[in-house]
Amino acid sequence: MKLDPAIRDQVLATVPSLRAFAISLCGNIDRADDLVQETLLRALAHIDSFQPGTNMPAWLFTILRNLFRSEYRKRRREVEDADGRYAETLKSHPEQTGRVEFEEFRAALAKLPADQREALILVGASGFSYDDAAAICGCAVGTIKSRVNRARTRLADLLAIDGVDDFGPDRATRAVLAGGGRS
Amino acid sequence: MGDRGKDDAMKHRRTNLEPVEPVTERPETDDPMNRPAASSTHKPEARLGREVQARIGQQLRAMYNDVVNQGVPQHLSDLVRRLSDQDQD
Repeated sequence: MKLDPAIRDQVLATVPSLRAFAISLCGNIDRADDLVQETLLRALAHIDSFQPGTNMPAWLFTILRNLFRSEYRKRRREVEDADGRYAETLKSHPEQTGRVEFEEFRAALAKLPADQREALILVGASGFSYDDAAAICGCAVGTIKSRVNRARTRLADLLAIDGVDDFGPDRATRAVLAGGGRS
Repeated sequence: MGDRGKDDAMKHRRTNLEPVEPVTERPETDDPMNRPAASSTHKPEARLGREVQARIGQQLRAMYNDVVNQGVPQHLSDLVRRLSDQDQD
């Protein structure tokens, strides 16, 4: 029996946001696409465990996140320097991850602990409810709320948002240059 | 309900960041080390201004949607279609 086209279309429709989430986790578009591909293979192999009518994006995001986490557990070296490598990737390949105008924001995001970054993306960018984000991350709703709050507070600090001009490309350039001394 | 989540992930218009219900810094669950000092009345600066929150949310979505707007890469679309046409167990 072939896969229900409606289900297939739901999967396809989620791919763009899956990629955006994967890139925010990996910081590297090639690795992110590998991760998405792996997620799709896994999901379609286990499509029976998806309950039609439930939240397809949440289901796929959960699979992707679990794959990402288990891959990280395998590569210990990366775990130890996860944030450093992430930042490094962003600096060396800004064009891979997006437009340069987001560089400062991206650099600040890279400095957040992985848990906080993930929670902020899920709620603030992917548009998941706190409940869905908690389910995806396998933690309590209160934990997600707290992570999102801390992430926002830290981002505001890092970006030193106190005036409109502070969000411009000049600061972005400075942030990238300053980031070079962080190792 | 299930559809709502789907629509959310697709449209990326509305997110939960903006109209922040004054979620306090302090969850029931997280580590006590990070709780704000025992004052129950928050200092004004302890809570992010609406404008700042809005700007962070805006940047976040812009960055995210930059990728979303790239759509589905051909190889991933091919993969899904190929696997969908195979017999399922």
